[in-house]
Amino acid sequence: MGVEKGMREKARIMDQQGIGRALTRIAHEIIERNKGTDNLVIIGIRRRGVPLASRLAERIKEIEGSSVPVGVLDITLYRDDLSTLSQQPVVHQTEVKFSVQDKKVVLVDDVLYTGRTIRAALDAIIDLGRPSVIQLAALVDRGHRELPIRADYVGKNVPTSRKEVIAVQLEEIDGEDGVLILENG
Amino acid sequence: MTLQGKDLLGLLHKTESEIEYILDTAVPMKEIISRPLKKVPTLRGRTIVNVFYEPSTRTRTSFELAAKYLSADSVNISGSASSVVKGESLVDTARTVKALGADIIVVRHAMAGAAELMARTVSASVINAGDGAHEHPTQALLDMFTVREAKGTLKGLEVAIIGDITHSRVARSDIWGFSRMGARVRVCGPPTMIPHGIDTMGCKIFDKVEDALEGADVVIVLRIQNERQQQGLFPGLREYANMYGINSKRLGLAAPDALLMHPGPINRGVELTGEVADGQQSLIETQVTNGVAVRMAILYLLAGGGDANVPVD
Amino acid sequence: MSLLIKNGIIIDPCAENRAVKDILVENGKIAGVSEHLTAPEAEVLDATDKLVTPGLVDMHVHLREPGFEAKETVQTGTLAALKGGFTSVACMPNTYPVADNASVIRYILGRAQEAGNAKVYPVGAITKNSEGSELAPMAELKEAGAVAFSDDGKPVNDAAVMRRAMEYAKMLDAVIISHCEESTLAGGVMHEGTISTMLGLKGIPAAAEEVMVARDVILARLTGCRLHIAHVSTAGSVQIIREAKSRGIKVTAETTPHHFTLTHDYVHGYDTATKVNPPLRAPEDVEAILAGLADGTIDVIATDHAPHTEEEKNVEYDLAPFGLVGLETAVGLVWSQLVLPGFLTAEQAVAKLSLNPARILGVPAGSLEVGAPADITIIEPRQEWEVNPESFASKGKNTPFAGRKLTGKPVMTLVNGTRF
Repeated sequence: MGVEKGMREKARIMDQQGIGRALTRIAHEIIERNKGTDNLVIIGIRRRGVPLASRLAERIKEIEGSSVPVGVLDITLYRDDLSTLSQQPVVHQTEVKFSVQDKKVVLVDDVLYTGRTIRAALDAIIDLGRPSVIQLAALVDRGHRELPIRADYVGKNVPTSRKEVIAVQLEEIDGEDGVLILENG
Repeated sequence: MTLQGKDLLGLLHKTESEIEYILDTAVPMKEIISRPLKKVPTLRGRTIVNVFYEPSTRTRTSFELAAKYLSADSVNISGSASSVVKGESLVDTARTVKALGADIIVVRHAMAGAAELMARTVSASVINAGDGAHEHPTQALLDMFTVREAKGTLKGLEVAIIGDITHSRVARSDIWGFSRMGARVRVCGPPTMIPHGIDTMGCKIFDKVEDALEGADVVIVLRIQNERQQQGLFPGLREYANMYGINSKRLGLAAPDALLMHPGPINRGVELTGEVADGQQSLIETQVTNGVAVRMAILYLLAGGGDANVPVD
Repeated sequence: MSLLIKNGIIIDPCAENRAVKDILVENGKIAGVSEHLTAPEAEVLDATDKLVTPGLVDMHVHLREPGFEAKETVQTGTLAALKGGFTSVACMPNTYPVADNASVIRYILGRAQEAGNAKVYPVGAITKNSEGSELAPMAELKEAGAVAFSDDGKPVNDAAVMRRAMEYAKMLDAVIISHCEESTLAGGVMHEGTISTMLGLKGIPAAAEEVMVARDVILARLTGCRLHIAHVSTAGSVQIIREAKSRGIKVTAETTPHHFTLTHDYVHGYDTATKVNPPLRAPEDVEAILAGLADGTIDVIATDHAPHTEEEKNVEYDLAPFGLVGLETAVGLVWSQLVLPGFLTAEQAVAKLSLNPARILGVPAGSLEVGAPADITIIEPRQEWEVNPESFASKGKNTPFAGRKLTGKPVMTLVNGTRF
């Protein structure tokens, strides 16, 4: 999530190097857990999960020498809050140009919070086919889960209050890398 | 970005950005239709009622599938099966359909303004699926979507609409839509079927079909209704085919990569030959597929409900 | 009982100059008009800064009775007339049954007497059941009280029938009021033009009216009958009538407040209150109507008051009946659209709303002379008000002017000296 208007920066908890190290570690963990890259695919959740998924795929290629397919998932049509919104959120395209059938899918998002986005993403992936396993990678886990969902790979656990906002900034979208804690102010 | 108003009644008052928003939303919808499992849970629990006072297999089926792909419940009320034939007024039918729980009403009617009357009567969203000779906005939107998909943009394109313009709601919506999106629209047909002052809507009138086709990037051919002959608006189908029918020779006058479209159903051998209808330039089948995607986009965009604006997590 | 109206601005189309005068009303008649009248016994009504005019005459209304009492009755229609400043109305014969026989005429007059509101002058049908084929018993109708003849609502399509009707009417010294519409060209629901094209509604071309105006003018020349063209709506009609008048043909004409105020633009949105026949026309037609009013080509302003029920009007535009109510908005529209912008003087406007229609119909109205019936309208010319159909006395709420701000309002009407 980018920096929202009217929010004050409270702390910068990760910088470019920190994010880089976390992603490298997660890439190693993914390879280790899955015993290589066979049948592995990576799917990023729009928006900031998408560049993170690409970066993970690059690192895996650097380590293992093999390319892992990367897809883009838009979960808007699977959200559980559509009927409560005053206007419909913009729908973007899901671009998963490979079959997920019997694949090991690593789902990537920037922040894991209530778990509702992941719930929607799981439904969205399953509508595309039946993977053999789905794992979740999140750059930041800030707690406050509302659903029984946990991440398999976490860049950084950050205890937060609900009033705070975690803003992940990525070069591809925001021009620079960083993770901030914001507060109303 | 948002659509103005609760309804989609026509394109006259739609802005360029609203049209673009609908077309952009139809892109991911088309991806869903291409999946083996063509269903998303988006409109679960929403009820869509198709009220069709005129027979229309195509448009009705298209709306019905669009609703189903989005997991909405949809039911059809057709002119022959409902109280419509028992003389119930449109206003009463609208109120009844709303009372039954409809969130969106899709209406097709032989009389201009019927959708607007329904929209004024009920709080549900109303989508005009064709009202008399007034507008058929979803057809024009799928036409624009199809052209944009093929050409990348609508700006600067020459769009020729050939046929009975007077009785065509498709022509009117296409004229508003394409010209708002930066295309230039030409219309051509027998003088008895070119309505008074149509050029004030922002199109150019051509008497000769050859002139209308010359250099056109898009050729939209309209269906010619047999009954117009009985009304004395043209002397006969053969003469019509001779003077205005689109064949490969005439299509050759258009730009080399011109697209051929038709809202269907086609009268082969009358307004266009089978050869061009099935030819390489024809997008007639693509239009049908795209119609579902565009209608999914419209259903989705109009189904926005509650008051709270919950941020995305 | 007598009444003294003090210090009003007298607008009398018959008088030379406008002046502030007093009017004494005695026994239902005008007993005196002059400056500084005194009448110790009389009740005094202060009309300072108000216009005092002859009671207005609307020569084209539909009271709907007998037959369509859900739309309007003689009682409600004449009450609406009084509220609108009209002390006399001529009602069209398209009732059920049609006023093509003496008993219907007598029935209407009886209902009018019971109501005791504005004076009612029935118009008899030209043809039986207004079907345009056989002549109605015109002499009998006149004997029963019909003041003119019309098949209003429908044209007399057959030129030979119209010719015979005119010959008969001439003999009776009655006027033929012609609803000019060539049916084979008409058949639409609004003016044929750019807006009908946009809205996809079937148009009624201006030519449908003009062809018939031309025919009837030619027949009036042939027969010598007095012809009155109802609800003129197009520039072409104005031109034909202007030329006919210049050639000495006995033709008069009326237009309506909606035709000098609204254009076909108002049909956008498919509000069926704008569905009227003849239809709201193009801006150039409205300009020609204004010019025709100003140069005297159009003699009369009549409302074509045509009430319908909510249920009848709240339908598809194609299915809605033609017509709108006009009695209670006419004076406001005449002042707002014609007098205040300077198209007409107050005297000219009042002439077109009283003296001229009275003369055409041959009814005793339109004058403030001593001895005339005390039919008087008092207008507050600067009063601003907003049209609210719910406050109408008419049963019909079908007006395209709802919510419109107008200037000029009738504040009192007297019929035979009785105040309303």
